[in-house]
Amino acid sequence: MSEITQNAFAAGLFGASLPPDGLVAWNEAVPQRRYDVYRNNVTASLTGALASRFPAAESIVGADFFRAMAADFIKDHPPHSPVLLAYGDDFPDFAAAFEPARPLAYLPDVMRLEVARGRAYHAANARPLDPAALAAVDPARLGSLVLLPHPALSILSSPHPMVTIWAMNAGERPLGPIDPWQGEHALIVRPRLAVEVIPMPPAGARFFRHLAAGANLAQAAAALDDNGFDFTEALAILLRSGAFTTFKEDVP
Amino acid sequence: MIPSTLPRRAGAGFKPEHFADILAAPQPIGFFEVHAENYMGAGGPPHAQLGKLREDHAISIHGVGLSIGSMQPLDRDHLARLKALCDRYQPESFSEHLAWATHDSVFLNDLLPLPYTGETLARVADHIDEVQSALGRQMLLENPATYLLFTESTIEETAFLAEIVRRTGCGLLLDVNNVFVAATNHNLDPDAYVARFPLEAVREIHLSGHSETVDDLGAPLLIDSHDTPVKDPVWALYQTVLRRIGPVASLIEWDNDVPAWPVLRKEVVSAQRMLDDAARQRAA
Repeated sequence: MSEITQNAFAAGLFGASLPPDGLVAWNEAVPQRRYDVYRNNVTASLTGALASRFPAAESIVGADFFRAMAADFIKDHPPHSPVLLAYGDDFPDFAAAFEPARPLAYLPDVMRLEVARGRAYHAANARPLDPAALAAVDPARLGSLVLLPHPALSILSSPHPMVTIWAMNAGERPLGPIDPWQGEHALIVRPRLAVEVIPMPPAGARFFRHLAAGANLAQAAAALDDNGFDFTEALAILLRSGAFTTFKEDVP
Repeated sequence: MIPSTLPRRAGAGFKPEHFADILAAPQPIGFFEVHAENYMGAGGPPHAQLGKLREDHAISIHGVGLSIGSMQPLDRDHLARLKALCDRYQPESFSEHLAWATHDSVFLNDLLPLPYTGETLARVADHIDEVQSALGRQMLLENPATYLLFTESTIEETAFLAEIVRRTGCGLLLDVNNVFVAATNHNLDPDAYVARFPLEAVREIHLSGHSETVDDLGAPLLIDSHDTPVKDPVWALYQTVLRRIGPVASLIEWDNDVPAWPVLRKEVVSAQRMLDDAARQRAA
């Protein structure tokens, strides 16, 4: 195949024009519908890859809307790797700027939650932090510990009820009115094989974000200024969630 | 070079939604085949499942993204990922397609056709040499389902494949559904295609469903859709092949509108029965 033929074949796949020159069929000189099979396969298979990563988003907007939004995204952001496991990481940003989706202000954050779940699903395996090891640390030195995040960990914050909307559209809880309509935060973890979404109060999200960025426990605890969420509770979630794998002492 | 050594039995394309059912009871399945690119994450359930399947079954790793028929060089990073996967799971077979899927850096996620010329023959043979020496194993090359032809083609597909085998020592994966689909789409006789196919190099067969539409002029146009049971004329063509070459590893592919495990398993059992018949005829 001359390079030119392959260039032309590929270039036409995202367009709507006549098939490129040099293509024929046994019975026709311009095999439009035959070329369209390839055109359709490209867009449909990539739309399918996106739908499998964003099932809640598809459920929110409906299959037709999702397909139209995906087709625009695919044209502007085609994959650059044959490994599609991470394809669509930037689809939430695209959705945020997609005019027809503008009334659904919460949609991009729900999609970011789905991205984080997908990333957690394929993340490297790692053993979660052993509570006994932490319990063995001299309490006076606890504050100076720095924790290593589990490869699956993401910490998300949204001004919208992102976790509730996701859960209702992922079959995790029944659809119903959302009251109060307020911002939500979550840890996404996969301590063993199952991905979990753990809702967090705002102070909790701040605490874990500090820890994941390399702050020690004392520095992260300083972020816990909200009522009703104290250091004991933060530690309990830290141990239960599998969000971290190991720790070391922060020697100044 | 490690040869392809799948058992001469019927197997199934593995779908994660079937994993619990497969584990729940011993399965009369000769082997499972997985798409390589779905197992290129770092960890998590995909590797846990494949590791478990591998303990009890022969495994075939089937690539869909290497773009062997591309005019541009192979993606070395992707080849390294394939090598890591094969080294980790030691599959009985690795296979890929006579097609291309990457252009410049864009991955088009479809098996696109190429003309058959001296130039493309040399290019594909070079790519297969590169794959086989990188993996340290023989690969199987699959015949494509095609919907159109190139004016520049000068070599018949069967002759093209025979020459690839001669130059590279690769084996072939004969997709019987693809033969039926392509023969219908090009108004050719599928039996004649099989008669010209280099059957002595076939190490695996694929069987799957297709859908039916028409071209601009109303002529039948079959689509390789993998979303239905195997159709009767494809089973008949399969039996023709088995009469010629005897039992060979045979896979049921069902990738879209995936049914419950018992439905897929029933297809595998049908193929196994035909393999058993072929073995008996050989012995007689």
